[in-house]
Amino acid sequence: MANETLKTKKQAYDAQVDKSLAKRPERKNLAHDRLYTPLDIEELDYETDLGFPGEYPFTRGVQPTMYRGRFWTMRQYAGFASAEESNQRYKYLLEQGQTGLSCAFDLPTQIGYDSDEPISEGEVGKVGVAIDSLADMEILFDGIDLGKVSTSMTINAPASVLLAMYIAVAEKQGVSPDKLNGTIQNDILKEYAARGTYIFPPKPSMRLITNIFEYCSQNVPQWNTISISGYHIREAGSTASQEIAFTIADGIAYVDAAIKAGLNVDDFAGRLSFFWNAHNNVLEEVCKFRASRRVWAKVMKERFGAQNPKSWMLRVHTQTAGSMLTAQQPENNIVRVTLQTVAAVLGGTQSLHTNSKDEALALPTEDAVRVALRTQQIVAYESGLADVVDPLAGSYYIEALTNQIEQECWEYIHKIDELGGAVVAIEKGYIQREIQDSAYKWQMEVETKQRIIVGVNQFQVEEQPPEGLLRIDASVGELQKAKLANLRATRDNAALAQKLSALEEAAKDEQINLMPFILEAVKAYGTLGEICGVLRKVFGEYEAHISL
Amino acid sequence: MEKRIRVLVAKPGLDGHDRGAKVVARALRDAGFEVIYTGLRQTPELITEAALQEDVNVIALSLLSGAHNTIFPKVLELMKAKKMDDVLLIGGGVIPDADIPGLKAAGVAEVFTPGTPTSDIIEFIKANVK
Amino acid sequence: MDIVQELLAGSPRALSRAITAIENEYEEAFSIMQKLYPHTGKAHVIGITGPPGAGKSTLTDKLAKKYRENGKTVGIIAVDPTSPFSGGAILGDRIRMNELTMDPGVFIRSMGTRGSLGGLSLKTSDAAKIMDAAGKEIIFIETVGVGQSEVDIVKAADTTIVVLVPGLGDDIQAIKAGILEIGDLFVINKADRDGVERLNTELEMMLDLNQNKVKWRPAVNRTIASRGVGIDELMEKIEEHRTYLQESGELALRRTQRTRDELLALLEEQISRRVTEKMRASGELDFLVASIEQRRQDPYSVVAALLDAYLI
Repeated sequence: MANETLKTKKQAYDAQVDKSLAKRPERKNLAHDRLYTPLDIEELDYETDLGFPGEYPFTRGVQPTMYRGRFWTMRQYAGFASAEESNQRYKYLLEQGQTGLSCAFDLPTQIGYDSDEPISEGEVGKVGVAIDSLADMEILFDGIDLGKVSTSMTINAPASVLLAMYIAVAEKQGVSPDKLNGTIQNDILKEYAARGTYIFPPKPSMRLITNIFEYCSQNVPQWNTISISGYHIREAGSTASQEIAFTIADGIAYVDAAIKAGLNVDDFAGRLSFFWNAHNNVLEEVCKFRASRRVWAKVMKERFGAQNPKSWMLRVHTQTAGSMLTAQQPENNIVRVTLQTVAAVLGGTQSLHTNSKDEALALPTEDAVRVALRTQQIVAYESGLADVVDPLAGSYYIEALTNQIEQECWEYIHKIDELGGAVVAIEKGYIQREIQDSAYKWQMEVETKQRIIVGVNQFQVEEQPPEGLLRIDASVGELQKAKLANLRATRDNAALAQKLSALEEAAKDEQINLMPFILEAVKAYGTLGEICGVLRKVFGEYEAHISL
Repeated sequence: MEKRIRVLVAKPGLDGHDRGAKVVARALRDAGFEVIYTGLRQTPELITEAALQEDVNVIALSLLSGAHNTIFPKVLELMKAKKMDDVLLIGGGVIPDADIPGLKAAGVAEVFTPGTPTSDIIEFIKANVK
Repeated sequence: MDIVQELLAGSPRALSRAITAIENEYEEAFSIMQKLYPHTGKAHVIGITGPPGAGKSTLTDKLAKKYRENGKTVGIIAVDPTSPFSGGAILGDRIRMNELTMDPGVFIRSMGTRGSLGGLSLKTSDAAKIMDAAGKEIIFIETVGVGQSEVDIVKAADTTIVVLVPGLGDDIQAIKAGILEIGDLFVINKADRDGVERLNTELEMMLDLNQNKVKWRPAVNRTIASRGVGIDELMEKIEEHRTYLQESGELALRRTQRTRDELLALLEEQISRRVTEKMRASGELDFLVASIEQRRQDPYSVVAALLDAYLI
C-alpha cells in the first residue's frame, strides 16, 4: 500500500508537532483535526460518494451546471405592517425585475389570531404583514398577476388558510390554481422544536400538512408544499450536524405521514424543499450542505423507494444566520454575512436571503437591505466563487468533514427512529433538549472566551447608540381592527356560519381532506382567527414540552 | 435553609424565539436561583399573577418581536396595582437603545441587549434584589 | 393586619408570603404556622405522582378545572428537583396551568426540593397546610416524578394518584419498584398511544396480586389529559375514594398517623435546632468535634451527656 509510507510520515509529523507543542501551544477549543491528508479519505469512492452534479447522491449539487447557467435566486424576505404598504413594496420590487416575492407575516397571523384579539395587542404588523381575511390578501396582491410571480410565504401552523386565501385571490384574478407558483413553509415540527409559532397538537397538524400535500398534488401541482427548515433549529442553538439531522428526521416524518395517508411518494416528494442556515464556520457549512444532500438522497431512494430522481434531490433555500449578527459594531455584520454567503454558495444553495447588518437591533432599514443584496451580487458576479461547480470537492478536509457530518447525522436519525420518529422525539422533548444543550454550551464558551465573537467579548469599543433604525408605525393595529369591524358588519354572516360548521364537522373526521372546507370558509370571508378558532375547538392546542 | 432568590422568566407576547430565555433560565439556575419558567405567549396579566403567587424577587422578560413598548408598561402597571413594589422587573432581547431610557423611566430596572453575558444578569440581580 | 389575618381574609399575597416564610425558615415561620394550625384540616389533599413525561401537570390542570366547575377552590403545589450542584432549580410546571393562573379561586405555587429526596420538599406539607388555612378546598401536590423514591407523597396526601403512560418501556419496572403500593388510584394517561392495552392488563394483574388493601381495590383509569378525555370519570373515582376514606374510618386513621408523624418530626427538628443553636453559640460544638476526633471522647457518650444537659 502506498499509504503505508504516508502513514509513517504522518506519524513522524505528528510526533514532531507534539514535541513542539509545549513551546508553541495551539489554540484551545478547535473543533477539527490539525491537518487532513489522503489518509482521512481512504474509503472515499468518487462514483458512489460524490458522483457528478445533478446525479445521485447529489453530493456535488442538484443541477449539472449549477451557477454557470443561472445564479441562485436572490430572494429577500420582507413584510411590512399592513397589506397596503406591502403591496406597494411588492410592486416596486417587481418593477425592479424581481420575479419572486417572499412574504413575512406578523405574529398574530402566524399563530392564527385576528388583529383585534387581546393577545395580539402590540404585535400587529410588527414582524411582517397582518392578514386577517381574504380582504387583506386581495389588497396584498392587488394589481399583481399571480399567474406570473412565484410567492414564498413564511407561514406554518395556519399555512392551509393562507394558501387557501392565495388560491381564492388567484381565482378572482381569473388565474386557475394549476398556474400558481410558490412555496409555503408549512413545517410544523420545527415550530415545536425551535421556533414556537405552533397552534395545534402534532397529530392534527400532520393531518393538515398531508391534506395540503394531497390537495396540491391534484390542484396546485407547481406549488412547493413544504420547506423543511433547519434554519430555526440552528438559530435556536444547534450544531451544524444537529441542524440537518433533526430537519431530515422531520422530513422523514412528513414523508411517512403522507405515505400513511395513501399518497404515492413520487407524487409529492419532488415538491419538498429544505431551508438551511448559513453560519459562521465557512468550510463546516459547505460540508453540511454537501452531507445533507447525500443523506436525503439515500433516505428517499433507499428508505422510501422513490423512483423519480427529482424525489431524491434536496433542493435548498438558505438564509444567513440571524443569531450570529451582533448588536455591537453592527458594520462588522456585513463581513459576517459575506462569509456566510460564501458558505451558502460554495455549498450549492438554490436560493439565498442575506440578513442586514442592523437586524440584531431592529427590523432592517432599506439601506441595510440593499447592502445585504449587494453582498450576494458581489459574490455572484465578482468573486469567481460561482464559476465552477462544487470547487472544494476533493479537499482532504472537505471530504473528511462531509463524511463526518453525514455520520453524525445518521447517528441522530437512528436515535430518533429508536424513539419512534421525530414527532415522538419532540413530544418527549429529546430534540429540544439536544438543541438547548448546544445553545447553552455555545453561550458558556462565549462567556469564558473559549469562543471569541469580535466586538462582543473581545475587541470591544465604546459605542454611540445606533441611529436611523426602522420603526414600525403603531397605527397598523388600529387600521386592522377597523377593517375587521367593517368586514364583520358587511359580510354574509349566515353563509359564513354554515361554512364554518361544515369545516368543524369535517375536522372531526380524520379521513376528510380539510383544504376544500377551508377554501370555502375563506371565500365567505371567514377571518383567520375564526377559521383557526374552529380548528382549535376540534383539535385543541399544543402544549410545549419544556425541559431545561 | 437560607433565602433563595426566585426569578420568573417569561416570554410575553407571541414571539417564539426562546433561545435567550432558556439560556438565561439555565444560567440563573446554575447560579443557585429558583427559576419559574412560564414559557411562551404570556400576557402581562398572567405574568404578574404568576409572579405574585410564586412570590418572586425578580420578573425577567425576554422579547424579540418589537412589542416591548406596549408590554413592559402594561406589566409595570399591573405590578403597581398588585403592590408588588419590591419586585424587580428586568428585560432582554432585541430592544433598541433609543427605547431603553423610556423603559427605565417607566420602572424597568435594567434592559439587557444581545451580547450581554449571563454573568452580568446574575450580578445585577444579586446586587439589586430587594 | 398581620400576615396571618390577611391570609385568613383571603389575600393571595399574604398566602404567597407565608409560604416563602416557611420555605426559607424565616423567624416568623413558626408563629405563622402556630396561628394557622387551628384553621387547617378541612381540605382534601390529592397527590399526583408518576414518571417524568407522564403528563402529571396537564392532568393536574384538567382535574383542577373540573373541581372549579364544581365550585371548589383549589390550591396546587408543584415540586421540581433542585440541582444538587448549584442549589438552583428550574420550576416549569406552571406552564401547563396558564389558564388556572387567572382564576381567583386557584392558587399555584412551585417549589424546589431543596435537598429533600422523597419527591417533595421538606416544606411541602406546611405549604399545603397554609393553603388549607387560606380556604383552598382541594389541594393538589404534584411530585418531582423521578421514579422510585416518591413515597413521601403518601404521608402528605389523602388520595394518591399514580400516573403512567404507555410506551415508556421500563414503566412496569418502576411499578414493581414500589409505586404500586402507594397508589389509591392509577391513571394511564395518553391512552391514545400504542401499548395501552398491555399496560392496562399488566397493571390490573399486579393490583390483583397486591390484595393486601382488600377494602379498597385501586381502579385503573384511562385519560388523554391534553384533550380532557377521562377527566370526569377520574374525578368521580377521586370522590369515591374520598367517600370510602370517610366511611371506612380510614381517613381518621390516616390523619391520626399523619398527626403523629408530623408531631414527632417537628419535635425532632425543634430539639435538634435548639440544641444545635446553643452548642454553636457557646462554642461547645467545635470543642466536642475536636475532642471526638482526637478520640478523647466518643460521639455516643457525648450525645447522651448533651441530652441530659439540655433536655432534663
